[in-house]
Amino acid sequence: MREITLSQAVNEALAEEMRRDETVFIIGEDVAEAGTPFKVLSGLVEEFGTSRVVDTPISEPGFMGIAVGAAMTGSRPVVDLMFGDFLFLIMDQLCNQAAKTHYMSGGKLSVPLVLRTNLGATRRSAAQHSQSLHALVAHIPGLKVALPSSAYEAKGLMKTAIRDNNPVVIFEDKLMYQEKAGVPEEEYLIPFGVANVKREGTDITLIATSSMVQVAEKAAEILAAEGISAEVIDPRTIVPLDEAALIKSVKKTSRAIVIDEGHQSYGVTSEIASRLNEKAFYHLDAPVLRMGAMDVPIPFSPALEDLTVPTPEGVAANARRLVAGEMIAGEMINAA
Amino acid sequence: MYRQMVRIRTFEDNANQLYLSAKMPGLTHMYSGEEAVAVGICEALKVTDKITSTHRGHGHCVAKGAEFKEMFCELLGKEEGYCRGKGGSMHIADQSNGNLGANAIVGGSMGIATGAAFTAKLLGRDDVTVCFFGDGATAQGLMYEVMNMAALWNLPIIYACENNGYSEYTKTAEIAAGSITGRAEAFGIEAHTVDGQDVLAVNSLTEQLVERCRKGEGPFFMELMTYRYHGHHVGDINREYYRSKDEEKDWRDNKDPITKFARHLTSEGIATEEELKAMQAEIKADATAAVEYALKAKYPDASEVDMHVYAA
Repeated sequence: MREITLSQAVNEALAEEMRRDETVFIIGEDVAEAGTPFKVLSGLVEEFGTSRVVDTPISEPGFMGIAVGAAMTGSRPVVDLMFGDFLFLIMDQLCNQAAKTHYMSGGKLSVPLVLRTNLGATRRSAAQHSQSLHALVAHIPGLKVALPSSAYEAKGLMKTAIRDNNPVVIFEDKLMYQEKAGVPEEEYLIPFGVANVKREGTDITLIATSSMVQVAEKAAEILAAEGISAEVIDPRTIVPLDEAALIKSVKKTSRAIVIDEGHQSYGVTSEIASRLNEKAFYHLDAPVLRMGAMDVPIPFSPALEDLTVPTPEGVAANARRLVAGEMIAGEMINAA
Repeated sequence: MYRQMVRIRTFEDNANQLYLSAKMPGLTHMYSGEEAVAVGICEALKVTDKITSTHRGHGHCVAKGAEFKEMFCELLGKEEGYCRGKGGSMHIADQSNGNLGANAIVGGSMGIATGAAFTAKLLGRDDVTVCFFGDGATAQGLMYEVMNMAALWNLPIIYACENNGYSEYTKTAEIAAGSITGRAEAFGIEAHTVDGQDVLAVNSLTEQLVERCRKGEGPFFMELMTYRYHGHHVGDINREYYRSKDEEKDWRDNKDPITKFARHLTSEGIATEEELKAMQAEIKADATAAVEYALKAKYPDASEVDMHVYAA
């Protein structure tokens, strides 16, 4: 299979969907000739023109609001939000308007839009360009949330998102834009709410999202060398969440660590761990462990920033202790 | 237009009574006094033209073609309401007539309205969108962002600012520096100020602007000088601390849009006083019947509580 970057995969997904459906358009800052700072959209304006690849002023609430209205009236906007951190600017339009319109209208109006944005620290971008805020969005009923973990996932999930009749927020990992993966030439879609078992194992389940899938896979490699068999599962979408697949895996392994780059408190790791405790408690041999980003604003200094997110070594260390039957309580989780 | 204005006033009189007699849950905001604005504008629109409305939205909904029965059912949270009782007074929407909905966030629908106009342009439809909002909403930043884009892209939208003199419980003069129309003019948007109590003036200006929007000359901005007879919301009874009873009486007695238009109709020989009275009686009876129907109508089944969170 040919290999392409995550950037190219997203670009292909958008181009294919825009060719298929003339109501699809892209709107955001510097999306046209500039193709975004990450160059994900390069070449699209040349094919589809400025009426469908629409450069906006730096007005996030404004273009988000325009996308909501456009979606309500027959278009399928793909909103480009340059950094996930800018979600705070558009919260009213996303959470009070887009998320609730279908429900508040008794099902008569719908908002088929995609919000493309990103997550992830360790780019030395400091506290306002490094956050992973997907839990915030996942908290609001009416929104779907997809977290691609490779170029393959990014393309298939994007195509599904564009065809979905709801507001979907897709968070891409900024560090992964130039990473290659096998992506088929022929068309495919990845359905929402279907987790992907990346690696099978029997001793412990590592449930990981987005940027943390690779961390979990590397941890599984480390553990395998020591004779510990780790299963790695990527939920792909956290709303809807493939709870059944996660429970099934945990019933098999009886131990789990949930790894996600959002802040640990009140986050995705907490939610998934809590569901496993509620629904698989009697199958567990150890507490379900959460590993998220530290509850601090992301610092600039590389010496500090690298301490804030889970690492393969940290995951492996915690897995080792869980499998050995050692309780882990109140300790910092990322110790390499 | 007379009929529609009387329908709005009658609807609001009934809604007010429902609220005061504790038959209606929640909170609501009366449109009485501003009828010429909604009617003058909506009578210049086609069914497929879109509007976005506000928390004070019953008037827009009626003017865009909604029925009493479904509206009262919605206000009372009943299954047969326009939104199956899930929206209520502040979110009433009627997509069959192009009403994209009231909005409980002040200024919250300005993006939606501009987006509707964007769709019309993108897909080559000749629909025009009217964005209703109050003077209070001119203090929201979203308005400036979307007017800027609407002007850059020549979108077919009319921003209709209903200036009723009060931003909730505060005089507009205390919250708005400079002129209202100047805000639009800064973006190169042609702006007009019109007597919002004169339905003919509102209608004639809107017809011209709608026509020009369809030709690609939009966007436009209208400031409609009007007055709300009631408080900010129905429970806002003791309001002399922000406006006097004399002022309210002056607007009701001397500037009422319905009385003013009735005078025109009779003096021009278009209708007789008897005909207008008969029309009022007929509308009153319609409203009474719709209220009675809605009071007896079914609430949504409990199984609807998690229905419509996501579209299929």
